[in-house]
Amino acid sequence: MISINSYLFVTVLLFCLGLYNVITRSNAVGILMGVELILNAASLNMVAFAHFNGNLVGGGIFALFLIVLAAAEAAVALAIVVSIYRQFGTIDVEEATNLKG
Amino acid sequence: MKQDLIYFLPELIVSITVLFLFLLDCFIGKRSRRIFPVIAFIGIAAMMLANKSSSPLPSARFFSDMMVFDHVSVLFKYIFGLAGLIAIVIANGSHELEKVDKANYFTLLTALVLGMMLLANAHHFLMIYLSLEMVSLLSYILTGSLQGSRRSSEASLKYVIYGGVASGIMAYGISILYGLTGSMTLTGVAEFLRMNAVSKTALYTSVLMIMAGFGFKVASVPFHMWCPDVYEGAPTPFTAFLSVGPKAAGFAVLLRFFFGALSQTTTSGIEPIKIIGLPALLGGLSIATMTLGNLAALQQKSMKRLLAYSSIAHAGYMLLALVALNAEAVTGVIFYLSVYLLMNLGAFLVLIIVGDQLGSEDISVFQGLSKRGPFAALLSIVMTVFMFSLTGIPPMAGFIGKFYLFGSVIKSGHYTLAVIGMLNSVVSLYYYIRVVKIMYFDEPVDGRNLTTPMVSHASTVFALALLTIYLGLFWNGLANIVGQAKLF
Repeated sequence: MISINSYLFVTVLLFCLGLYNVITRSNAVGILMGVELILNAASLNMVAFAHFNGNLVGGGIFALFLIVLAAAEAAVALAIVVSIYRQFGTIDVEEATNLKG
Repeated sequence: MKQDLIYFLPELIVSITVLFLFLLDCFIGKRSRRIFPVIAFIGIAAMMLANKSSSPLPSARFFSDMMVFDHVSVLFKYIFGLAGLIAIVIANGSHELEKVDKANYFTLLTALVLGMMLLANAHHFLMIYLSLEMVSLLSYILTGSLQGSRRSSEASLKYVIYGGVASGIMAYGISILYGLTGSMTLTGVAEFLRMNAVSKTALYTSVLMIMAGFGFKVASVPFHMWCPDVYEGAPTPFTAFLSVGPKAAGFAVLLRFFFGALSQTTTSGIEPIKIIGLPALLGGLSIATMTLGNLAALQQKSMKRLLAYSSIAHAGYMLLALVALNAEAVTGVIFYLSVYLLMNLGAFLVLIIVGDQLGSEDISVFQGLSKRGPFAALLSIVMTVFMFSLTGIPPMAGFIGKFYLFGSVIKSGHYTLAVIGMLNSVVSLYYYIRVVKIMYFDEPVDGRNLTTPMVSHASTVFALALLTIYLGLFWNGLANIVGQAKLF
């Protein structure tokens, strides 16, 4: 029997890896992968808590919606990245800096 | 289920409008695109009428506790509707949006209004998260709607990255709160926290993480970084909407979260839960937000960035009222949001009128504006009204708004916070008055005169200015309506 702590350990690890990825990467697609990791950590947390709370509905449904939303967000974000590539010729976020002040 | 639809009628009308606009886009040719803003306008106006007819209904929860109907949600729907209507008027005829596909722009704008309405009514964390994402995703797209513009693309990239991270952190926070309390509804969480003891650290962590998502929407420190860049890069008519609409929606959900989930009703009224120090957390956030906004605004050269930092500062003032967490705080925030809607949209509209004709968005474009012909002289007076109102100088509406905000803080006994808020208003005086100063005392850089813009822009800007003065003198009517607002 796997305890809830094992699940929590994995999700915290996933969350921190995602956040680390977001902070250190300068490639836009790399950053988006980090965001996906954070969302997956949240989904896993939801399902684990739903299982151990004995209330399968709430958390499970939330996890399902999180998967859908992650896809929607990735679609919008990648469209924006394509438009950035057209304008700047690169998807490095540190080079796409016209706005300052 | 059937009676639930009565509460949902305003949202239903906007949903039908959005779907109709999407369908219309498939059947209508490129030449008759002018019909889209008209239909969007009619749809949102019909929503406000339906909202008026539903306002006498008693508070209720509907759709299996997913959403809630109360007076606060009615008031917020008015605010969103008004913001949407003015945004449609502003965007229709703006030079900046000439090349943007009208069908897409107005359809997505109407959908954004729908997302904000759902966010203000949400009672279940799933609903909160979904509607927050709906508002965010549409904002990303509309920010980047200027095709071929480097600034617009870059702004939307920054927006989507910050937004994605903030919403991810928020989802993780919600999952912790769900694990702690086993409940997904706001009142369910409050119920559990009243009955059971929970780990203080875990609750504090989850509240902080959830605040990441809300703080991102209202642009509060430390999630404000996107704000100046996005405001500068987005097309100005959309920036104007972004600075009031989604911000108001963010405050609606903040009010629901703190009053619904994290406070309890005692004999002396509503009080924040004792387990974690909410007033200290919110007070710190609020002071940091308003101070950073005001200090950064002092050194801006672009008018759009100045208004962006000023909108951060105004978010700080409104967060201050949340520290009080009493009935007056709800009144204060909603009153301030309605006033802020008028004066901020007004200031942006002046910038759009001037910027469209003189071709720049820097503060220097206002140099000697009062000497650029009769219409410009009139426009300078209007801009002065908005700037004074944003500072909070009587007899403008902004003063009354700040009076209610600081009043709720003083009533709850946080005198230091109120003093810091007032000191911040003094700092903001410097950069608002500087705009007024250069309009009247500087000479124009060239001899171009301002011509009268299209009727809809001119009449809207004057109507906003008149309302700003009117509410500063006769605020009782609005204050009475807002004062009766009850959450849940």
